[in-house]
Amino acid sequence: AAVPSQVVPGADPSARQLCFAWGPAEVLVCETLFGRRGGSPSPGEGGPGRALLPGALKGCVAGTGEGGPSSSCVFVVRKDQDIYIQTLRKLFNESHGIFIGLQRSEEELAGKSRKAQLVQVSKNYRSVIRACMEDMHQAAISTRDPALHSQYSTQVSILSAVELIWNLCEILFVEAAAAGPLLLRLLDWVRLHVCDVDNMVREVLSSENPSKHELFWNVVDVFVLQGRMDEARHLLSKEASANPTSVNMYKILDDLMKKMPVPSLGNTQTLTEMELKWQHWHEECQRYLQDGTFASNPHMESICKILLGDEDAILEKKELMTTWYHFLVTRLLYSHPTVKPMELRMDMFLGGESSPEPLDTILMAAFEFEMHQVIKECSIALSNWWFVAHLTDLLDHCKLLQSHNLYFGSNMREFLLLEYASGLFSHHSLWQLGVDYFDHCPEYGRVYLELHIERIPLNTEQKALKVLRICEQRQMHEQVRSICKIMAMKALRNNRLGSALSWSIRAKDAAFATLISDRFLKDYCERGCFSDLDLIDNLGPSMLLSDRLTFLGKYREFHRLYGEKRFSEAAKLLLMLMTAHIAPCSFWMTLLTDALPLLEQKEVIFSAEQTYELMRCLEDLTAGKSDKQKFQDDDVETMKVEMLRLALARNLARVIVKEGTLEGS
Amino acid sequence: MEDVCAKFVSQKISKARWRPLPAAALQPPDFFATGSWDNEDNRISIWSVGDLGNAGLNGEYQGEPQLLCDIRHNGDVMDMQFLDQERIVVASSTGAVTVFRHHQNNQTLSANQRWDKAHYHVDQDTSCGGAACTGVICNNPEIVTVGEDGRINLFRADQKDAVRTIDNADSSTLHAVTFLRTTEILTVNSIGQLKIWDLRQQRNEPSQIFSLTGDRVPLHCVDRHPNQQHIVATGGQDGMLSIWDIRQGTMPVSLLNAHEAEMWEVHFHPSNPDHLFTCSEDGSLWHWDTSTDISEKPSFLHQGGRSTTYFSHNTINQSVVSAWLSNDPTKDRMEITNLIPNQTLSVNSLDILGPCLVYGTDAEAIYVNRQLFA
Repeated sequence: AAVPSQVVPGADPSARQLCFAWGPAEVLVCETLFGRRGGSPSPGEGGPGRALLPGALKGCVAGTGEGGPSSSCVFVVRKDQDIYIQTLRKLFNESHGIFIGLQRSEEELAGKSRKAQLVQVSKNYRSVIRACMEDMHQAAISTRDPALHSQYSTQVSILSAVELIWNLCEILFVEAAAAGPLLLRLLDWVRLHVCDVDNMVREVLSSENPSKHELFWNVVDVFVLQGRMDEARHLLSKEASANPTSVNMYKILDDLMKKMPVPSLGNTQTLTEMELKWQHWHEECQRYLQDGTFASNPHMESICKILLGDEDAILEKKELMTTWYHFLVTRLLYSHPTVKPMELRMDMFLGGESSPEPLDTILMAAFEFEMHQVIKECSIALSNWWFVAHLTDLLDHCKLLQSHNLYFGSNMREFLLLEYASGLFSHHSLWQLGVDYFDHCPEYGRVYLELHIERIPLNTEQKALKVLRICEQRQMHEQVRSICKIMAMKALRNNRLGSALSWSIRAKDAAFATLISDRFLKDYCERGCFSDLDLIDNLGPSMLLSDRLTFLGKYREFHRLYGEKRFSEAAKLLLMLMTAHIAPCSFWMTLLTDALPLLEQKEVIFSAEQTYELMRCLEDLTAGKSDKQKFQDDDVETMKVEMLRLALARNLARVIVKEGTLEGS
Repeated sequence: MEDVCAKFVSQKISKARWRPLPAAALQPPDFFATGSWDNEDNRISIWSVGDLGNAGLNGEYQGEPQLLCDIRHNGDVMDMQFLDQERIVVASSTGAVTVFRHHQNNQTLSANQRWDKAHYHVDQDTSCGGAACTGVICNNPEIVTVGEDGRINLFRADQKDAVRTIDNADSSTLHAVTFLRTTEILTVNSIGQLKIWDLRQQRNEPSQIFSLTGDRVPLHCVDRHPNQQHIVATGGQDGMLSIWDIRQGTMPVSLLNAHEAEMWEVHFHPSNPDHLFTCSEDGSLWHWDTSTDISEKPSFLHQGGRSTTYFSHNTINQSVVSAWLSNDPTKDRMEITNLIPNQTLSVNSLDILGPCLVYGTDAEAIYVNRQLFA
């Protein structure tokens, strides 16, 4: 099949070579400088749409700037333009609920009740289409913008075609009506969708004297052609009372119409019974026609011919049927009322005079039970994936598509659902619906979701939380980590250390928690006080996430103890931070400086052993530094070391005296 | 749920609020406002439900909500409160706070007053850097807002500049705010803390901090009991409902397992506070009823197929008996009903007034139930 390609308006591949960049649901197309030299582009790049899947490119272009000769434009080519139609969002949202309901519905229901359930689902989908069509119709009427009006009107006709196809598929595939009921369903289908004559019927019926109306017989014919016998008889009785001379003729026709056997919906009669009755009735009609009962009234004669299934007589009323499928159903009604589903294809109708419209092709494929052909034709003809994705899913639940495997991807159901959901994800708001569709694609859904969800822009924390919830529910750890990291980075850039730390704790991202802890410590060193105490004081168990965070929490605890004048506890903690190597080496000098006031207290706080350890820490620190570093250190640092050594020595002296005294006493 | 009217509105609804009734009004509310989020073009809309002309023969059918007017809003609608019967205060993800006026004579909306960059990161004057305003509460003429920047603003309608701003009030994100008394507010944040701020004091510190122990689960919403001001309800990221008695302790009085995901809003019924309503990201909306006296009813009562559960919860001894803090074992039960069966997408907001409930979802639908206690 030929792939429909479409040229992006303004981008001229014959003048310049184009290059592409792929996004998950959009393609960036831009002109390059190579075109001038290279001459004609290579065949594969004839149109930017070529590379896409059949029917995928619907050519919505959000170009930037004018496509002038010297301008270099970047075109954003979206796959799915219909996603952006406001009124259709109702369709997407409502059908999402039905779709989820269908996936959750238990398959344990066997036989008839399962079928009834599936038919109900199908009807629900159709009622959503109808509701959306009405909204669109209202929008078309109320708008004053002619461009919008034509856009809405186009959508109305697309939706009505979609509903027509869906209804036929429901009868033939989902319900799979048996011989007898099948014809009744098809008649309903015709009545529901051939609305062109409704206005005429209304006009005649509401006129003062219908039988005198010039279109009176047309309306009777419409009723007969649609198998609406009671309505036709009702109209005829009015005409009869106005013509007392031919009352007998009317009575006979009325009787024939009344006696016409109708296939029953229940199991009250067998097909053979029905066929016998039909044969009998048919012969009766034939008799009246041949003995010229209706010869005086051409209208009634033609009705009698229609009742006999006379193809020419029916074709004469072509104008009243407007479509070939109406003709098909009417002819079946009067020539073969017990048609079986499989016989429909045998009974195919005349070849078209002109080339068939896509809708005709689709309906014919349906009548021929070529389900895959229906889906394929729809994919090509329709401007969005909504219809094929949902219909295919429903047919799959009817277990009608099992055998068919594609040579790419998974099966057809999944392929179409993935396409539809990807389209949803390209939308700034509808992406949430796409998640559930991916969930019900067993093979590739997860991968698609992973790729798409990372590309959702996170402009507020609340949105981030919603995306995060989706990932957490599906154990997508990698994505959880990445989202938290993005949010933590944002918070860090905005100088919101507290928020940044919260996000990295949520992601259990130790490296990032370390980074933020270092920022806190740096801030402390610069300012001499902690920011965000409400957070640091409440770290709780999450403190254990990273060593640096543990240190931050413990160091803050030291300050609290010191502030509460619990000096010996504070001293013990301070020493522990160094000896247990919780504190980073770069911070030891600060810690030792913090020890200074403790060393200078009136009462002795550090024991001799602790003082030795402090001394060792100080010597380790100074010995660890190379000469070059020492040379670079300023005087302040050297003075600090000297002061510390002095303080430590004095403390040692005091503690030796004190401990000696205690032991001696 | 035949009493519920639904309408698909082609935009995800982040907030829904009933217009307040004039004092002493007896009729049910007839207008509500909604705000949308995540759209390229977000809107504030006013809806009417009171059209009795549409009522069917049996008087039950009320027709779906009718759009009266709407106006474009810059950024996601993060929170929304009616200031009075005509003015609505809207918090935006751009950091702006806008007061819209609903002109009822010609059914239009107009922006009445705006504080751009009420919430911001780093520097208020740069072109970007607005921080989402996450919560707003009104007590005419005062308006308090909180945001992702951890800032608290006090505005007065008709005054151009903020009356009071507490920068860096919280090191984490403030998610919601409500009035405790006329001069005191309550805030909840993303590390599970509930803080009381006294706006009379010049100190930029909370007067009291309450917190969930252990996991520091973020709190997303807060509401105060309309009559007994010491009873406060909050909802958390894990869907848990916490009831606090702010007169004592620093921990919640009771923790009630509720939703499976973030609880976005919690509301005491304004005139019937034995009833509480919560909604969640998991797509459910719960009605908590403590008015049921178990001794008079058989347990495991089933109403029209709705699942009904009785919860038992532990409370600390209370001197004042309230249904929410009660320790009487025979009455210490509540009836919980999920009002939305088979919902899939998040219920972002709800509001109750009299017998009427309105809620909005991410499935782009608004729902109105006008016979809540029928």
